[in-house]
Amino acid sequence: MTLKRAAAITGIAEMRPRKSAEGLSTLGIWADVSRDAMRDAGLAPGDIDGLLVAPPIVDMVAMWPSHFGEYLDIHPRFANVVDLGGASAAGMVWRAASAIQSGLCRAVLCVSGEASDVETFYAPRARRPSMQLPMREFEAPYGPMGVNSGYAQIAMRHMHEFGTTSRQLAKVAVDQRTNAGANPDALYRDPITVDDVLASPMIVDPLHLYEIVRPCTGGAAFIVVSPDLARSSVQTPVWLVGAAEATRGVMLAQVPSITTSPIADAAPRAFAMAGVTPADVNLVSVYDCYTITVVVTLEDAGFCAKGHGGPFVEDHDLTFRGDLPLNTHGGQLSFGQPGLAGGMSHITEAVRQLQGRAGDRQVRDCELAFVNGNGGIMSEQASLVLGV
Amino acid sequence: MTAQPGKPLPSPSAVSQPFWDGLAVGELRVQKCDACGRYVFYPRPFCPHCLSDSLTWTPLSGRGRVYTYTIVRRAMNPAFTADVPYVFAIVELEEGPRLPTNVINCPPDAVRVEMPVKAVYDKVTAGIALLKFEPA
Repeated sequence: MTLKRAAAITGIAEMRPRKSAEGLSTLGIWADVSRDAMRDAGLAPGDIDGLLVAPPIVDMVAMWPSHFGEYLDIHPRFANVVDLGGASAAGMVWRAASAIQSGLCRAVLCVSGEASDVETFYAPRARRPSMQLPMREFEAPYGPMGVNSGYAQIAMRHMHEFGTTSRQLAKVAVDQRTNAGANPDALYRDPITVDDVLASPMIVDPLHLYEIVRPCTGGAAFIVVSPDLARSSVQTPVWLVGAAEATRGVMLAQVPSITTSPIADAAPRAFAMAGVTPADVNLVSVYDCYTITVVVTLEDAGFCAKGHGGPFVEDHDLTFRGDLPLNTHGGQLSFGQPGLAGGMSHITEAVRQLQGRAGDRQVRDCELAFVNGNGGIMSEQASLVLGV
Repeated sequence: MTAQPGKPLPSPSAVSQPFWDGLAVGELRVQKCDACGRYVFYPRPFCPHCLSDSLTWTPLSGRGRVYTYTIVRRAMNPAFTADVPYVFAIVELEEGPRLPTNVINCPPDAVRVEMPVKAVYDKVTAGIALLKFEPA
């Protein structure tokens, strides 16, 4: 069974990230981007018969799909929460395609976002780990800095095993900032250098401030439709041509090797379904909560050999004009990370680029994109190949 | 590090109580599967490798190496603010299991990956000791 060309994305919408909620509500953000995505796709509310939502990190309540369906007055026949952390957005694409392929529905609205800011994000009430989790019993007493410390531990071990350097990691943030300079919607647009990154405060060794995402307010939606709806779409359909998922536990102490992620399992299967290789890809749009995430992703997805990610990002131009355009919207590091909608941005950007709607940062002849969603501490991975 | 209001403390379950009871008397005990011989950490009601229900609490040496670490320079939980910078690490015990911990009794900048360490039992309340490590 394959999901190759089983469905296509025909509409997207994304709110410009902002540093505070400015009175917006999560449901209001979801409604705004959903309306815009329906308009973009040329669909009416009555056309939407599937709904997938990724829950807001700062407001985990029960039955989000029903609350939102009510708010939007839609009546999906297929409705679910997808909670794979930052991989939720990429996970939604193939779940929607699978539901469409099985005949459950024809047009699936996928939405995420939240009204958040740094204070809300770090409020002890919002971040209180469940008393039932082993992480709470065996890790929290030792003072982890949220997931920051986990990615820092991955980076530290990666440096030990492979000789990866802070300058190499910083290059990811620098190139993505160059991309953000061409994206009017990005939160941070002023150019930075490798030295700027290394001069930013050390937060959690070896990661500096400019290597770490910041919580913000925002949201995004996209609509996945059946092939018949795709063919009559007002927009160029962006087809799902490859998809695979892989997961592991969230607690790093339980993981056999923290420098290799489940992407090493998922990405090759996604490429195989698509019948292409990393060398065929025109755009890389991959989850970037930290600089190290991108380096590990490029290795595990097969863009370079394991352990060579540091030299690889140093040797390649990752800007939209470069030989390997990567996170051309600026990535979450510069565009912003509005909760799980941060992972939506890699999909919306891939769709824009593939449709030729990326404006000043348009990658020339962009026909095939690799998208990866990453959740937890590299624990959830959803790899996609999208094409026109 | 010291016990302060607001720092998370373990709430042992029936399954994990023997682990914490061991630490409280200065002994590191980890479950070992009687059927397949593998260590099981964190504590579980059965062996996740072979599903055997027969696990025996086994004393370990308390010696290991730093598998990885980071230095936390800004506390996320305000209760840890007085402790920064501190080392949040994963130690691999010489018997194999890895666990989250702190490396203490040395300057944070002196910690290295693969550095040999040994167990320290940090009694944070009357009934709870946390398992930390110091240079061996």
